[in-house]
Amino acid sequence: MPEIKVTPLGAGQDVGRSCILVSIAGKNVMLDCGMHMGYNDDRRFPDFSYITQNGRLTDFLDCVIISHFHLDHCGALPYFSEMVGYDGPIYMTHPTKAICPILLEDYRKITVDKKGETNFFTSQMIKDCMKKVVAVHLHQTVQVDEELEIKAYYAGHVLGAAMFQIKVGCESVVYTGDYNMTPDRHLGAAWIDKCRPDLLISESTYATTIRDSKRCRERDFLKKVHETVERGGKVLIPVFALGRAQELCILLETFWERMNLKAPIYFSTGLTEKANHYYKLFITWTNQKIRKTFVQRNMFEFKHIKAFDRAFADNPGPMVVFATPGMLHAGQSLQIFRKWAGNEKNMVIMPGYCVQGTVGHKILSGQRKLEMEGRQILEVKMQVEYMSFSAHADAKGIMQLIRQAEPQNVLLVHGEAKKMEFLKQKIEQEFHVNCYMPANGETTTIFTNPSIPVDISLGLLKRETAIGLLPDVKKPKLMHGTLIMKDNSFRLVSPEQALKELGLAEHQLRFTCRVHIQDPRKEHETVLRVYNHLKAILKDYSVQHLPDGSITVESILIQATAHSEDQGTKVLLVSWTYQDEELGSYLTSLLKKGLPQSTA
Amino acid sequence: YCLSGHPTLPCNVLKFKSTTIMLDCGLDMTSTLNFLPLPLVQSPRLSKLPGWVLKDGSTFLDKELKECSGHVFVDSVPEFCLPETELLDLSTVDVILISNYHCMMALPYITEYTGFTGTVYATEPTVQIGRLLMEELVNSIERVPKAQSASMWKNKEVQRLLPAPLKDAVEVSMWRKCYTMPEVNAALSKIQLVGYSQKIELFGAVLVTPLSSGYALGSSNWIIQSHYEKVSYVSGSSLLTTHPQPMDQASLKNSDVLILTGLTQIPTANPDGMVGEFCSNLAMTVRNGGNVLVPCYPSGVIYDLLECLYQYIDSAGLSNVPFYFISPVANSSLEFSQIFAEWLCHNKQTKVYLPEPPFPHAELIQTNKLKHYPSIHGDFSNDFKQPCVVFTGHPSLRFGDVVHFMELWGKSSLNTVIFTEPDFSYLDALAPYQPLAMKCVYCPIDTRLNFIQVSKLLKEVQPLHVVCPEQYTQPPPTQSHRTDLMIDCQPPPVSYHRAEVLTLPYKRRYEKIEIMPELADSLVPLEIKPGISLATVSAVLHTKDNKHVLQLPPKPPQPPASKKRKRVSDDVPECKPLKPLLSGSIPVDQFVQTLEKHGFSDVKVEDTAKGHIVLLQEAETLIQIEEDSTHIICDNDEPLRVKLRDLVLKFLQKF
Repeated sequence: MPEIKVTPLGAGQDVGRSCILVSIAGKNVMLDCGMHMGYNDDRRFPDFSYITQNGRLTDFLDCVIISHFHLDHCGALPYFSEMVGYDGPIYMTHPTKAICPILLEDYRKITVDKKGETNFFTSQMIKDCMKKVVAVHLHQTVQVDEELEIKAYYAGHVLGAAMFQIKVGCESVVYTGDYNMTPDRHLGAAWIDKCRPDLLISESTYATTIRDSKRCRERDFLKKVHETVERGGKVLIPVFALGRAQELCILLETFWERMNLKAPIYFSTGLTEKANHYYKLFITWTNQKIRKTFVQRNMFEFKHIKAFDRAFADNPGPMVVFATPGMLHAGQSLQIFRKWAGNEKNMVIMPGYCVQGTVGHKILSGQRKLEMEGRQILEVKMQVEYMSFSAHADAKGIMQLIRQAEPQNVLLVHGEAKKMEFLKQKIEQEFHVNCYMPANGETTTIFTNPSIPVDISLGLLKRETAIGLLPDVKKPKLMHGTLIMKDNSFRLVSPEQALKELGLAEHQLRFTCRVHIQDPRKEHETVLRVYNHLKAILKDYSVQHLPDGSITVESILIQATAHSEDQGTKVLLVSWTYQDEELGSYLTSLLKKGLPQSTA
Repeated sequence: YCLSGHPTLPCNVLKFKSTTIMLDCGLDMTSTLNFLPLPLVQSPRLSKLPGWVLKDGSTFLDKELKECSGHVFVDSVPEFCLPETELLDLSTVDVILISNYHCMMALPYITEYTGFTGTVYATEPTVQIGRLLMEELVNSIERVPKAQSASMWKNKEVQRLLPAPLKDAVEVSMWRKCYTMPEVNAALSKIQLVGYSQKIELFGAVLVTPLSSGYALGSSNWIIQSHYEKVSYVSGSSLLTTHPQPMDQASLKNSDVLILTGLTQIPTANPDGMVGEFCSNLAMTVRNGGNVLVPCYPSGVIYDLLECLYQYIDSAGLSNVPFYFISPVANSSLEFSQIFAEWLCHNKQTKVYLPEPPFPHAELIQTNKLKHYPSIHGDFSNDFKQPCVVFTGHPSLRFGDVVHFMELWGKSSLNTVIFTEPDFSYLDALAPYQPLAMKCVYCPIDTRLNFIQVSKLLKEVQPLHVVCPEQYTQPPPTQSHRTDLMIDCQPPPVSYHRAEVLTLPYKRRYEKIEIMPELADSLVPLEIKPGISLATVSAVLHTKDNKHVLQLPPKPPQPPASKKRKRVSDDVPECKPLKPLLSGSIPVDQFVQTLEKHGFSDVKVEDTAKGHIVLLQEAETLIQIEEDSTHIICDNDEPLRVKLRDLVLKFLQKF
């Protein structure tokens, strides 16, 4: 029985370090290669020894697919390819390929330069790693090898985010990466066709959340920012340089313009300008509206938003600052947070999900006294707001995607176990498909039942469809053929052709039955009566009266002769081949009953 | 089916496996050369041209036809020569595949006037740039409303009397005026965007795939294939490295049929050399204080020209000469070119990763060396400084802003017009402007395949058959001795011409069918020869969306003997199980032994010429056994017959 095996090395009942192994029809594919934001030790990377204990990565894996540029999906890539050692192809979309190395470099700097860690990947390793990357287009079918093909679909989570279909023969798996089913201010909604995969591996970050309308959230957000600024407070918005940041920038930019506000908006890190540039160049990946208007006005050229300098944080008066990273676990956003946390006039708005263990997660769960490095206690007096702007699909969106793709099985990753459990039940109820949620290192095996493709000779097919279409398509029709199995190739041909190809002679089996009928009339009159009789009964058959005095029913031949001894008895010779066995047998028994008297 | 006579602007229809696929719909615009130019500003010269008078002195055509330097032109809104619409019912076309933006200009005529209800497939750059080309075309024609639309000359009787080339123009009655913007929008809304190597399934029967053709942004060749047949459509391809993604040749291998169109129109010119000539002519004119006019399309080669100039101007000391790009879509075209990074060649792609704009014209614009304007009116007239270089359309010189510059600069021999687009003969294009003092330089840049490259390509991909327009099977008429300027391959290419229907020389033999796993389990393979097994399949054939699936029959077929029909209606069983064919031969001795074992005591065997006759005397039954046939003749004794039948069957193999 063919099977698909899935083993999450990360993101199994967890968010962070997404890394999922899929074995399908003898091919091994690794989906994403992320790091975990919550850990600073060995646990931050997936455990590749799961693979390496049995040999080299390159030998085991046929390809690696990266869904998008977030570090929890690609952060371990240089470690994986350069330090553990993998030389096979790595697939990602063009924007991901462009942005990914910058984020990796950023990540490396924070870890190595600031925290002084050694034994970490180097800039050169990032470059070498990116050389192994093959960029793919949306909807392009990439033939990894003879059998394995992958295809990217738009996922709408961040610029260049994609879902991937992995297909071998007629078995297929769809991996969603992170996706978003509702279009936002700069990206479109995820879309997939009805590809009916055997397995859909879906993220489930918001497994239990159903978010209210986007517009309400936006209004809420603007109101809170506005109020804080009005009373002279400072607003800190921790974001990742790409993705949400751009959406919120567009939002604030238009709001500032409309309300004619003067409070400065800053965007930290030099990455931003570059980031916006990427958005300009990859505008084909954004939503319809931005694409249509970009010639007149590029949405990513901001007027009100300026670059941030570290010194600005101490400036008096209101301001809004976007700072990276988004979970307050390090870097500039954490620095600013520490400066502003003591003032209750200020506000921090967390626009996205925070992984367990990060400062972001702690303050969101209500902790107000934080232990910082060096045993310092930081008291948080500023207001803490959480607004889900992160572009993950909510429960409704996940269900919608399942409906779109019509999978045979669903497997949940990238979510919290409890929430997954709830969604799993819901999916099983609503779609009656199996739903799995393996933990890290746990293997799920799914049995598939693929049909077997064979070649059919066109002659046979045409003959069959020609007959089949005539009366009623709904009536099942039996077709008959011979399957030739030769050196692993399967061909279905008509039996005649099979005999011919194999050089076998057909053996004809023929039956002739004598049926005696009492009929005093002349031979040809008898024949005529038999003919009329048969014609009346066998309406659906072709009954013919041939000039030589015989009758044919389909290919059955009936001849009448007078009995040599008794002129009143006619002998009907019914002759048929084995192929007409039933009809022939039926005819003889029919004729044996005699002819109806009334017919003339 | 071939609907267009122009080999570079093809329009063909392919019928393949019950689908009807239109390959490109190019618009032959050379017809406009027969018309007078449309000036933006009233031109006294053009309006004073004398009317054309017939030989017999009758002047009834002098309103419609004007004479200029010995050539006769139609004074009317320019009209285009459409693809053939009569050859087949175009409403039956299921899909249209577009290979590049030059080959989609007739799209509105097809989608809006023929009852077409299908889908159009094209890549995103093709659609966006195609839209720009159409916009420019519509704009430049609608901007100059012309009161009269000449039709009298189209009368067959009248046309006969006209001088060449009007006399020889084909299908003049079919010529149509330009479409309008709403029609363009409607047509483009029927397009579905595709990416390279995307496999698109048509009705479950055919798979079509666009491949990079290397000619222009988003230009594609198409593969149309089913499980066993592969037709490649190669149109407008280039092996040169310019800005687009290089051509994908590997995927064209193993084609049964390769349709080849859109080869270079200037097989003798080398594009690289032409670019060099272009630059030196441009520099020379400007140095002498003259202006340079480059009639061009708003997209395509202009990107390469700008890139060359970017590198060239500094070394040639031209950095102070302004470059103007005038087109209603100039801005859009330059902007669009920057965002299609994924469709560009590798070098340009890597630039985007930095991130930097892929084309250097962004820098030219930033440093104000290149300025673009929607038209000569407005800002342009204020900024205009001479000497300068102007890029503008339309290359036919019949409409667009170029007409104005021709009138303006034509009188001075300091100025130069440089033709780079190969679509129009430059002599014909210039005809209505004669006499002309301006210098004319012809540097056609056509990056499409030349014949040497074609033979290399064909050697590489090895198609079974090649199909191409008839123009490619003979040397060009002007250079009839150049036998190297034709396609040469084995077997010789099959050629077609306008309005011809061609049957492609190959036959389909097999089709894919799927066997459900349950059914597969139930099959009993029989090894006939070593390595070859046979299994008899009796199953229900389900055909849906042109996909065939074999399923288990709903009920196992009942043994025929138990089928005692009680009612007449039982006569026609719905699932009549077909009887298998038999094979093998019956060894008589063993057969007789078996008969005896089953209680037949009076078996008598007679030898005949071909075999044996087995007689069962008591039952008056005769069994003729030959090498490959058995004949049972008996009285109407059904149980006996069935018994004998089963015994015979034991010796035979069933299929």
